[in-house]
Amino acid sequence: MAQPFDLTLIWAGIIAFGVMMYVLMDGFDLGQGILFPFAPTEHHRDVMMNSVAPVWDGNETWLVLGGAGLLAAFPLVYAVFLPALYIGVFLLLAGLIFRGVAFEFRFKAKTSRYLWNWAFAGGSIVASFAQGAVVGAYIQGFATENFRYVGGALDWLTPFTVITGLGLVAGYALLGATWLIMKSEGEVQQWAYKIAPRLLLAVLVVFAVISVYTPFVDARVMSRWFDSFSLLWILPVLAMYCAWVIYSSLKQKREGTPFVATMGLFLFTYLGLLGSKWPYMVPPNYTLWDAASDYSSQLFLLLGFLFVIPIVLAYTAWTYWVFRGKVKQGGYH
Amino acid sequence: MELDPLLLSRIQFAFVVCFHAIFPVFTIGLASFIAVLETLSFKTGNPLWQQLSKFWIQVFAVVFGMGVVSGIVMSFQFGTNWSNFAYATANFLGPVLSYEVVTAFFLEAAFLGVLLFGRDKVPQGVHLFAAIMVATGTFISSFWILSANSLMQTPAGLELRDGMYYVASWSEALFTASFGYRFLHMALASFLTAALVVAGVSAWFVLQKREFDANRKALSIALWMLLLLAPLQAVVGDFHGLNTLKHQPMKVAAMEGNWETREGVPLLLFAIPDKEQQQNHFELGIPKLASFILTHDWNGTVPGLKEVPVEEQPPVFIVFWSFRVMVGLGLLMIAVGVWGLVLRPGGRYYRSVAFLQTLRLMSISPFLAVLAGWVVTETGRAPWLIYGQMTHAQGLTPSLTGGMALFTLIGYVVVYSLVFSSGVYYLLKVFRGGLEKANAPHEMDEVERPMRPFSAAHASLEGDK
Ligand code: HDD
Ligand code: HEM
Ligand code: HEM
Repeated sequence: MAQPFDLTLIWAGIIAFGVMMYVLMDGFDLGQGILFPFAPTEHHRDVMMNSVAPVWDGNETWLVLGGAGLLAAFPLVYAVFLPALYIGVFLLLAGLIFRGVAFEFRFKAKTSRYLWNWAFAGGSIVASFAQGAVVGAYIQGFATENFRYVGGALDWLTPFTVITGLGLVAGYALLGATWLIMKSEGEVQQWAYKIAPRLLLAVLVVFAVISVYTPFVDARVMSRWFDSFSLLWILPVLAMYCAWVIYSSLKQKREGTPFVATMGLFLFTYLGLLGSKWPYMVPPNYTLWDAASDYSSQLFLLLGFLFVIPIVLAYTAWTYWVFRGKVKQGGYH
Repeated sequence: MELDPLLLSRIQFAFVVCFHAIFPVFTIGLASFIAVLETLSFKTGNPLWQQLSKFWIQVFAVVFGMGVVSGIVMSFQFGTNWSNFAYATANFLGPVLSYEVVTAFFLEAAFLGVLLFGRDKVPQGVHLFAAIMVATGTFISSFWILSANSLMQTPAGLELRDGMYYVASWSEALFTASFGYRFLHMALASFLTAALVVAGVSAWFVLQKREFDANRKALSIALWMLLLLAPLQAVVGDFHGLNTLKHQPMKVAAMEGNWETREGVPLLLFAIPDKEQQQNHFELGIPKLASFILTHDWNGTVPGLKEVPVEEQPPVFIVFWSFRVMVGLGLLMIAVGVWGLVLRPGGRYYRSVAFLQTLRLMSISPFLAVLAGWVVTETGRAPWLIYGQMTHAQGLTPSLTGGMALFTLIGYVVVYSLVFSSGVYYLLKVFRGGLEKANAPHEMDEVERPMRPFSAAHASLEGDK
């Protein structure tokens, strides 16, 4: 079939966008769960949960779409990552299940509420850690032969992936805290202001470790960044600028800026990561063109997406609009 | 002992998919029932319809929530345990599953909020529209997923090149030979599930004389549905079987417990098929009936299992008995439907205690029939994952070890048991609360918040408050 466009590139863009959407949106609500054990009172926890209750479900649908979309556009990624991260994927799903039912049951529970608190916190932390470890595993690369994963069950679990796992936990916690600043007031907001700078510090430390470490994990990354001066350097610079904005806006007690700047920090770090690995989709052996599905399948799905995704985005925006504003005592009424 | 990753993966897949299947089959039917109630309420303005709808929406919310949580697991199963299969079929399976997400899941998510919480916030017409859209969403979802499944049963429209399938014709691949029958049979199964659960729960309320008028109406609707749909299901099932005979003869041979290809095959009512000895023990059957049903000729030839080598025969015992469970329950449903009709004159159907108690018992029958049906379909396909083309063993993830598979199998069993018991416990509370609680004016206390499936239900998890 004639191929007027390189659909693989378009799909790479769509998937990259979808992953970013998922990370930012589910990130702040996973963050609530991570911060849950540290909240001083049950009232804090009520507000935290209420601040994300109307939207978390839609957020997780993006994960399902990510899974199915990968299978459709880059089946190799789906067929290598999932076997390689087998145990991690199970932990991720189990974490999400517990978190999901905790959302449902905590509000109905009275005496057993503490159990659902733990289910929510534990599920969120495990799920976030597992996602961070996936990022680390991606940077490390996978043992593949003839388009199949051939490594062991726990190859992905290395000191490096533990660090990236913890890094994402800290990052989501920061997103969660700055989201809370925006959505709450009074003592809950004060508390969020207090913890946010510490989380920022934790995030920066982990980012520094990862940045130093990554080039040693993967020589190709090393040469990309250091062989000749590249435009890529603008990304870490922008990320650092975002970190500075977070810090100063927290000091000035601004409400919206810290959250927006944290999203910027995530975005530029993410782009930096993509830039390091480009065009490898299943490192170290396969590029995105190796991983792609058939042209006609890509086309078949793209036509539908072009039509449906704008509607989905419009609906999502509408939900956020409906639930805009601060969480008042006791939630949205 | 060496752990077999193939066997463990099959057990795991069967477990998670059966667990998942329980919920959609109910939500699909219930969504349509709610849409009907909302339509009646909109058209007649009779408050009874709304009372009923409020109650059943609460039930729907809980079941739907469980369906979502278990469904998320399903979409990753293909990659974790069956990566060779997923990779080989990705050109077809990927777009189909993605379309399911964007056309069905997002649609359901969008209108669910309005259905659950919007009654007082949007005009009644919009609320009705939301109910219809949620019901539509569940059918769109079935369309895509059953199309994927039917392709594995009766593959068509694909081309195999270098170990990858390429879609040669989307229309042939989406609408394969078994798809129409499967979709109809499944849709009827969902309606029957809703009808029997509604009948059982309403019968229980009627026995307790609670909200008598509304529940009697619900009971009456459910019984008409049962009377109409149960026989229809048997007819559709029969056609489904004839189609299977054409495309998957070994599956039918296993369903009939027939070893030799021969004429005038009896319909076995009882037998213990023994794959090792390639014969049945303790056969009891009606002479020539199987030939007649399958070929419409008393002396028609029916294929036997021995036509293929032992390794290519499905597990006969499981298929044989699951099929009898499904058909047996189907016949029972027809009988109960007819009994309801006999009791209809003079309204004895809501006074006969024996009948009402039977209905209560029958409310789990559709779930058993559905699971038995899927076991027939899926186990009967063995050893093929894609019938005649790819076996289970070929589809398995190559790097998977027995230890890994055992770990996640135990993990899912534990997680699901916890989730399921909480869910069922809560559902029973919603039932106990009944229409009264669902319609009680309640001030939203601090534990309520909108936009979540479960918060549409007002029972609390413990205690009776
Ligand atoms: C005939 C119907 C049917 C069948 C055979 C299946 N499902 Fe299902 N599924 C539904 C009908 C459905 C549904 C009615 O549309 C659900 C139930 C509750 C819900 O939210 O949607 C659903 C939910 C649901 C979800 C959660 C959707 C969300 O986030 O809103 C996922 C990811 C899947 N399913 C995936 C699967 C996979 C991979 C299956 C293949 C084995 C499968 N389902 C079999
Ligand atoms: C929701 C209803 C479904 C139920 C209850 C169900 C049930 C089962 C069962 C019991 C098995 C085990 C058979 C055996 O190994 O002996 C199985 C296998 C399988 N089914 Fe289904 N199935 C359902 C839908 C689907 C759909 C829609 C698909 C694909 C799109 C599918 C794909 C598979 C695959 C890949 C296997 C092979 C793994 C295995 O043998 O366990 N199933 N299913
Ligand atoms: C009463 C007579 C019935 C007959 C003759 C019948 C026939 C069949 C046949 C032949 C199959 C296997 C098709 C294949 O694998 O190719 C099947 C599957 C199935 N049956 Fe039935 N059935 C009956 C009743 C029921 C009832 C009452 C239910 C549920 C309420 C049900 C639910 C299912 C389901 C869910 C499947 C698997 C999906 C599918 O392949 O359609 N059946 N049935």
